[in-house]
Amino acid sequence: MTALSALDLARIQFAFTVSFHIIFPGLSIGLASYLAVLEGLWLKTQNPLYRNLYLFWSKVFAVGFAMGVVSGVVMSYEFGTNWSRFSTFAGAITGPLLAYEVMTAFFLEAGFLGIMLFGWTRVGPKAHFGATLAVAVGTLISTFWILASNSWMHTPAGYAIEAGRVVPRDWLEIIFNPSFPYRLVHMTLAAFIETACIVAASGAWHLLRGRDDAAIRKMFGMALGMLLVTTPIQALVGDAHGINTREHQPAKIAAIEGLWETETGGTALNLIGFPDMAAETTHYALQIPHLGSLILTHSWDGEIKGLKEFAPQDRPNSLIVFWSFRIMVGLGVLTILAAAVGLLLRRMGKLHQSRWYLRWMVLMGPAGMIALLMGWITTEAGRQPWVVYGLLRTRDAVSPVSAQQVGVSLLIFVVAYTLVFGTGIYYLLKLLRTGPQLEDTHKEAQQTNRSVASQGRNPIAAVDQDIEE
Amino acid sequence: MELNLATVWAGIIALGVFIYAVMDGFDLGIGLLFAFFPDQHDRDVMVNTVAPVWDGNETWLVMGGAALFAAFPVAYSTILPALYLPLILMLTGLIFRGVAFEIRLKATRTRPLWDLAFMGGSAVATFFQGVALGTYLQGIPITNNQFAGGSFDWVSPFSIFTGMALMMTYSLLGCAWLLMKTDHKLQQRMFVLMKPLTLILLLVIAIVSLWTPLADRAVYARWFTLPNLFYFLPVPILVLACVFGIWRAVDKGNDKLPFLLGLALMGLGYSGFIISIWPNVVPPSLTFEQAAAPHSSMAFALVGAVIIIPIILLYTGLGYWVFRGKVRHGDEGYH
Repeated sequence: MTALSALDLARIQFAFTVSFHIIFPGLSIGLASYLAVLEGLWLKTQNPLYRNLYLFWSKVFAVGFAMGVVSGVVMSYEFGTNWSRFSTFAGAITGPLLAYEVMTAFFLEAGFLGIMLFGWTRVGPKAHFGATLAVAVGTLISTFWILASNSWMHTPAGYAIEAGRVVPRDWLEIIFNPSFPYRLVHMTLAAFIETACIVAASGAWHLLRGRDDAAIRKMFGMALGMLLVTTPIQALVGDAHGINTREHQPAKIAAIEGLWETETGGTALNLIGFPDMAAETTHYALQIPHLGSLILTHSWDGEIKGLKEFAPQDRPNSLIVFWSFRIMVGLGVLTILAAAVGLLLRRMGKLHQSRWYLRWMVLMGPAGMIALLMGWITTEAGRQPWVVYGLLRTRDAVSPVSAQQVGVSLLIFVVAYTLVFGTGIYYLLKLLRTGPQLEDTHKEAQQTNRSVASQGRNPIAAVDQDIEE
Repeated sequence: MELNLATVWAGIIALGVFIYAVMDGFDLGIGLLFAFFPDQHDRDVMVNTVAPVWDGNETWLVMGGAALFAAFPVAYSTILPALYLPLILMLTGLIFRGVAFEIRLKATRTRPLWDLAFMGGSAVATFFQGVALGTYLQGIPITNNQFAGGSFDWVSPFSIFTGMALMMTYSLLGCAWLLMKTDHKLQQRMFVLMKPLTLILLLVIAIVSLWTPLADRAVYARWFTLPNLFYFLPVPILVLACVFGIWRAVDKGNDKLPFLLGLALMGLGYSGFIISIWPNVVPPSLTFEQAAAPHSSMAFALVGAVIIIPIILLYTGLGYWVFRGKVRHGDEGYH
């Protein structure tokens, strides 16, 4: 066995740290918007149920957000430590985009997070709502910039190359590059779906345990409603994104489909199979005629390029993206189905009693998260061997550092992440198990708005219970 | 025009790094001071003084990295590989500390472990930040716009010393912050700590101030030739004045002045640092004009910076104002 090079190690490290990272922003983006909705509903209806849900989910948000921040700080330095040739080459474009993300999003989130979590006794209810909104908007602005930067690496536009480095020409073209709108919508919805799956699973878990009260029913219902709306839209957006990818990154599509030859008169879809890069074929392929053309070109006999059209050194690894894509789509379809069945059960008035369905929803908890991760693996591994598509190969992007250095840092990260985020996730699960606070809602609902607000003055202490008990 | 933009960006980054050092300085300092305060309630109060703001403080570190990336990509992509291991270790420290912030109060059985993570994370992060600073100050070899040194160039007596020096600096700042934010017994103990910390910091400043020019001929020339010496002479005099001021303030029981004077001390140290490296963005030889991004990159990012940074400062200030005043035992805690 040959030793891994600095490049291999840097790639493993990036895949490891970014995969760990993206789960948390996904949760933060979804939860921040959910919290804003909950607080808005509380302000409007004065129903303490919403406030209890808010307080509960804001604790989950706080832990998830902290893990997102610290794992994100690592990312912003990794571009320089491990990928300095990429940074030199493309820094003129990705640098300012990252700077905008920090300035318009990170500060906004971090600045108002304090008020959101600890400011109940310090500011009025409306100002507090303002802080929650600022954090929610911050997470969405952050999505905007990071997706602009990432999309540019997939479909570069608005640039020129001078002295071997990228020089920006038109910032509007750079930001609104051809794949950006699709990616932005796809990722934002993915974040909402990830969150809705977790909220739904948490609700289902409490219902299964016999905790059937208004707060649990409310959050379960809200999450299922969210899934019902977002998952079909996500399927349409994903379809549009696929067509966009076929136009701009045909090799990625060929790899996703495990398609080697360019077929005329309509391309079949490989439902399953095992693409073999060396043998240039897909083993055990289960095919459905014309379905490939139908999905990717929306026509009966549209042409899709096969991998053999591209030189071997320009092909992404088909085995990885073939399966990551299928897992993503499979989970997506399963989620649509789950939401639809939920609607049906609700119509029949059996939603909260159908234990098989509740168990299914608990199992679906990580579905959104896994689908999101698989989607990212598909698009990023599918861009290989390029880091900036068509312009800079991944092997030319790595820093002039030794394999030992990258290896040691990888080891440190694996240990630290396992320890820190492992226990972090453990605490998140414990929090979820505790559930929102039980409260005599009738009594409080009769109180005036003002006293509800002053009750809200110290809700934190009220729910401050040890999760280890 | 090209030159002006680069200068403006150098200024913005210099300011950003300073804001970072001050703000994360006192909250890292609190982690360092944990060692002297084994009582759980005291620790809770200490953490609660920064709980609402630490996240914003740390964002300035990301800002520093991103701004450097945007305006001086060559500097970013040479400094970071050169400081590889110190930065990785710093980030690891920050990970432990950041998560400990959220979890230490939620844990009971494992609480001592999370306190250790908070303390150790703060110490490791600060020390390696100082090591990185020292390594940077000593100079980074570059060929063809890429780092050309070895993996362990950063290990030197000087960088180890600057690592410890930064721990002292942040401890002092943390102590001064807690003077301002606590009262009664806890505050009394901060008053007791303040004087020795100030003395140690004075010693540290003196050593770094002599070591840097003695190790580097160019820096020596900048500081110790006429008429420069006269221009820079106020720096050490002001340092002494600040130390004296802290001493008096502690004697009189003034709980706000030490923090302000601590900031002034840091500002003076920082100005000395800027004087030593100017006009390089990567000492000893890469100037910020050479490392600058294309004009369109700097201009695009500058539009945002000029509009947004003042707004950030405004709402950051607002955040501190909302959470003004003393933090006490049993106050509404961390969730």
